Amino acid sequence: MLLDYVWLIPLFPLAGVLINAFLGRWLPRRLVAAIASLAIVASFAMAAVLFFQMLGLPAEAEGGGAGRQRIVPIFSWIVSGDFVVEANILLDPLSIVMALVVTGVSALIHIYSAGYMAGEEYHNRYFTWLNLFVFMMLILVLGDSFLTMYVGWEGVGLCSYLLIGYWFERESAANAAKKAFLVNRVGDFGLALGIMLIFATFGSVAFGQVLPAAASIPAGTATAIALLLFLGAAGKSAQIPLHVWLPDAMEGPTPVSALIHAATMVTAGVYMVARTHALFEVSLSALNWVMWIGALTAFLAATVALVQKDIKRVLAYSTISQLGYMFLALGAGAYAAAIFHLATHAFFKGLLFLGAGSVMHALSGELDIFKMGELRKKLPWTFRTFLIGVLALSGVPFFSGFFSKEAILSGAFEGGAIVPWLLGLVTAGLTAFYAFRVLFVAFYGKSRLDKKVERHVHESPWVMIVPMALLAVLAFAGGYIGLPRVLGIGSAVEEFLAPVFADSTLVHTAGEATLEWLLIGLSVVAVAAGILAAWWIYVRNWGLAGRLTQSARRLYDLAFAGYHADRAYMEAIVQPLRMLGEGLAGAVEQRSIDRAVNGVGELVGLAGEGLRRLQTGLVRNYALAMFLGVVAILAYFVLRGVLSW
Amino acid sequence: MEISLPTFDFLVVAPEIVVLITALLVMVVDMVIGREQKGRLAWVALVGVLAAGALSYYLWDGSDPALHDMLAADGYALFLNLAILVAAALAILFSLEYTGRVGLAQGEYYTLLLLSTAGMMLMAAAINLMTIFLALEILSISLYVLVGLNRAERRSAEAALKYFVLGAFASGFLLYGMALIYGQAGTTSLAGIRAAVQAGGEPSALLLVGLGLMIAGFGFKVALVPFQMWTPDVYQGAPTSVTAFMSVGAKVAGFAALGRVALYAFGDLQGDWRWVLAVLSALTMTVGNLAALRQANLKRMLAYSSIAHAGYALAGLAAGNAQGTSGLLFYLFAYAFMNAGAFAIIIAAGRFEGATGGGETLDDFAGLAARKPGLAVAMALFMLSLAGVPPLAGFLAKLYVFGAAVRGGLIWLAVFGVVNSVISAYYYLRVVVSMYMREGRPAAVPAPVCAGLQVGVALAAVAIVLLGLWPGPIVDLARVAALALLGG
Amino acid sequence: MPADYLPILFFAVVAVVLSAIAVLMPALFGPKRPTSVKLAPYESGKLPIGPARRRFSIQYYLYAVLFILFDVEIVFLFPWAVVFRDLAPRWLGLAEAAVFVLILLLGLAYVWKKGGLEWE
Repeated sequence: MLLDYVWLIPLFPLAGVLINAFLGRWLPRRLVAAIASLAIVASFAMAAVLFFQMLGLPAEAEGGGAGRQRIVPIFSWIVSGDFVVEANILLDPLSIVMALVVTGVSALIHIYSAGYMAGEEYHNRYFTWLNLFVFMMLILVLGDSFLTMYVGWEGVGLCSYLLIGYWFERESAANAAKKAFLVNRVGDFGLALGIMLIFATFGSVAFGQVLPAAASIPAGTATAIALLLFLGAAGKSAQIPLHVWLPDAMEGPTPVSALIHAATMVTAGVYMVARTHALFEVSLSALNWVMWIGALTAFLAATVALVQKDIKRVLAYSTISQLGYMFLALGAGAYAAAIFHLATHAFFKGLLFLGAGSVMHALSGELDIFKMGELRKKLPWTFRTFLIGVLALSGVPFFSGFFSKEAILSGAFEGGAIVPWLLGLVTAGLTAFYAFRVLFVAFYGKSRLDKKVERHVHESPWVMIVPMALLAVLAFAGGYIGLPRVLGIGSAVEEFLAPVFADSTLVHTAGEATLEWLLIGLSVVAVAAGILAAWWIYVRNWGLAGRLTQSARRLYDLAFAGYHADRAYMEAIVQPLRMLGEGLAGAVEQRSIDRAVNGVGELVGLAGEGLRRLQTGLVRNYALAMFLGVVAILAYFVLRGVLSW
Repeated sequence: MEISLPTFDFLVVAPEIVVLITALLVMVVDMVIGREQKGRLAWVALVGVLAAGALSYYLWDGSDPALHDMLAADGYALFLNLAILVAAALAILFSLEYTGRVGLAQGEYYTLLLLSTAGMMLMAAAINLMTIFLALEILSISLYVLVGLNRAERRSAEAALKYFVLGAFASGFLLYGMALIYGQAGTTSLAGIRAAVQAGGEPSALLLVGLGLMIAGFGFKVALVPFQMWTPDVYQGAPTSVTAFMSVGAKVAGFAALGRVALYAFGDLQGDWRWVLAVLSALTMTVGNLAALRQANLKRMLAYSSIAHAGYALAGLAAGNAQGTSGLLFYLFAYAFMNAGAFAIIIAAGRFEGATGGGETLDDFAGLAARKPGLAVAMALFMLSLAGVPPLAGFLAKLYVFGAAVRGGLIWLAVFGVVNSVISAYYYLRVVVSMYMREGRPAAVPAPVCAGLQVGVALAAVAIVLLGLWPGPIVDLARVAALALLGG
Repeated sequence: MPADYLPILFFAVVAVVLSAIAVLMPALFGPKRPTSVKLAPYESGKLPIGPARRRFSIQYYLYAVLFILFDVEIVFLFPWAVVFRDLAPRWLGLAEAAVFVLILLLGLAYVWKKGGLEWE
């Protein structure tokens, strides 16, 4: 059976890692890029083959058949009495969709990177890490237990950290890397605790044993587990309040932003919640948390994106906002819609980032959209593909984003979540506004380029344009795998994923046709309003933006600073922790040593026996601490004895 | 009257005897060979350690207590023997070039190293308060001297004196605890104490106070808060290879005896002591990690880190169940590789600085990846493993002990542990960042790294990767060892 | 049971009382004819007053330690010799003592070879 060879999918990137890590230094630069890209292309080809194999299988498990689900044993990772972790691959519609998206987008971005990173010094290191990332991401989505998922989870975090800090000579990059890692550790901490709790509750960490048994556990435990898992998801997928690392993560090379911080890694949280939806459904309050956090994140991040000047920051906040959409869908029980949006978002956001990278490439690294303008003529191919990305992101009808966003919004509405739906609707308008704002400001109008920069403007090489063009095709056409139900054709992606979510207890009755059309109409209106407003402000009345900003200065500043989330963290957590650390180091280190050193000075003056006194002094302190420790322990025992009597 | 001598079951203590004989052999050989040949002593010592390791493994299926209930070669002792011998073997490999560079007297160095190793192994095998104390003193006195062996370095002498004075203080507590226990139980045999504990319905106060004092005594050896204050000074002042050895070996031995006393002799009073251990564990990991955060000297940072690790390992003991015990054993085994390995890199880095005392600060490690990629990769692995990043050995070790704590009902302790791991990631990663992401200055002394050290580092690095990916065999051994102790 | 703690209290009291007696008795009953030499604390024949960082010969202490070592050896061997006839099997008793003495001899050889027995 061909499906049993699924291990080839992660094996190719791993081979790429090993080759480039150990031989990369001696290989020609182009060969390094070629090996890395080929590894991912091969991996994608394998995933595609398996996908078509799977289509040939019966969708439902019947007559003893496993349907489209298959567990492929790889090896026994940990066998220790009752604690068994098999490192197996779980192949089912959900994991193959994820594998396809991950390898497909990765392949294109690898090829793009060959051009984008051509001049970089640590070329082989970049491609090694990029391949390692794909490998870890595949472990994450293909593993059949919480622990294998956790391995991939930490692995992608590590790669993300390394790649954000790729230009580590820049202090901001090194800091951004550290920030991303630390914030992610907060989430990982939730995930780790959640997994421990799962093991304590179910006695296993395999999906196959935990998820079917989910309904049998008390709701309180389920809520705790689900919220801990969601903490992990929020960290990785940059949901409020753990979103602060993603805008800074833009310090990494742009293809990295496209791949890791837009298309794949940040969607890991969405994947996890979808995968473990059985646990979330036991506790409706956990699902509600997911939905509300998602809706709020979508809305707030979109408002921040409205005013950013840095093209990559707009896209970063947009990513946070779009991930919010996905969590909104998950919380409303529209799992397939979330995965659908995950896929289309990977296409169009990946495309937009590559476009931004192409612009930077052409403009010697310029990021401020107000220092661009008129790029439409100078970078025709970048403009065309970027335009498609913007249309898809905005949710203009007939582009992919339109269909997936529709699926989410109608899912939310039919799930009875009216307020989140409304937030989503408003966000759709905001999204269209900021997407077109970038387009109009950067690509239309008059050129505001630096004279020096302007002379060197050039369209990117074909090795970058072709992946963008391919992604543009996907960003347009990707939506047609999930047509709205009201058209009567049925959503292909929803049907394909149906077996995975068959156990869902949240029933969605399809609304009446008129209602569906009304919902679609409303969001089209919102999108149109957003586009028109952007056109009115940034094309028709250039300069109006400045006046508007002046009249609402405070609001503008607030949004521009991302509602001061960074400062809040700084003041509420980082500073106190630092003070605590310094205090403790002070108490243990500086104070005792300082005092001792100062004491030496005095003692030398007094007795001339400084060193000896210094030593006995310190040892005496140490001994005193030991003595107090003994007293405390004995006091406990004695008190315990006395009290128990 | 006839006095029948105990049948001397050589086989039971064969590994210990081999190490002791090797120690004497090194001493004798040191007397007869010329100065330029002293380097060969290391190989004699290494052969002895490896032979002892092979014997330990060969003895595996366990045997009866030997020497009038003084020592046992059960799975528990043998497993810990392996961890101790790993530390000793690595330390010898790391010392090959270092002893010469720093100017340590090699004959004494290896003799004391082996004697101390023998003391640690005896401590793991001891099933009587007398032997526990004797073993502790054998290992401690050897270590006191080893710490101060670098006579050219003032910090070394200072460290030795501090360690000695406080160690004697701690031994006093230990001995007094033993005396109280003997007073109540009327025997020094752990089996007898166990029987005495089981006999009395109410736990006797003398026994509990005695146990408390013993916890303090062992707590000093494994560096539990508040008995840990000597650690940074001593680890920093001692010759680095000695630090590598003692940071692992002495901890393993201390935990070995503490485990036997608490879990076996006082197993029935678990409800009484587990809270003490749990609180000590939480305190130890927190203080260790917070103090490590702002260290720029790597030896000092690793000293605090080793305090934190004692806290993690203690969580397995506090859990009080079989899983926790095997988790503790696995933890110590994994820790032997990653911690000794980390110190080895410091030894290697010192080589490029020429004089002694260099290569210890974070700045010395800046850009190491460009200068010595192999060392940098190994160091990154050690740091990540110490931080508990999967899929390395340190991750699984933490998973086992914290998992056991959760099972033992100490969920809060597991939470403490995980939070602490998060904090610790900061200072471990700082080293990685420094090696990979900062510009370094070229080596002061462009010298090759000693081959023996390279082998040792490579072995340790491979071991932590293998233990992480394929821990099955070792985990099984640890389980058997835990059952040997807990009975079952 | 609080009664359980009585022995501890007893130990504590005994310890305090004994040390108090040890300190107070000489002060109360001892004859006091102080001279300047007598008032000086005894420090192994060394001058107790003066800078502590003064160098002094390590040799003296080396001898003292060696003496104690071999002294203790006799403490071990003496009872062994007394009951030697009753040991069973006797050869094992002889062998074990031989190993003990052999190890000590090795130590002696080591000290000799390293020059520990030379006076300067």
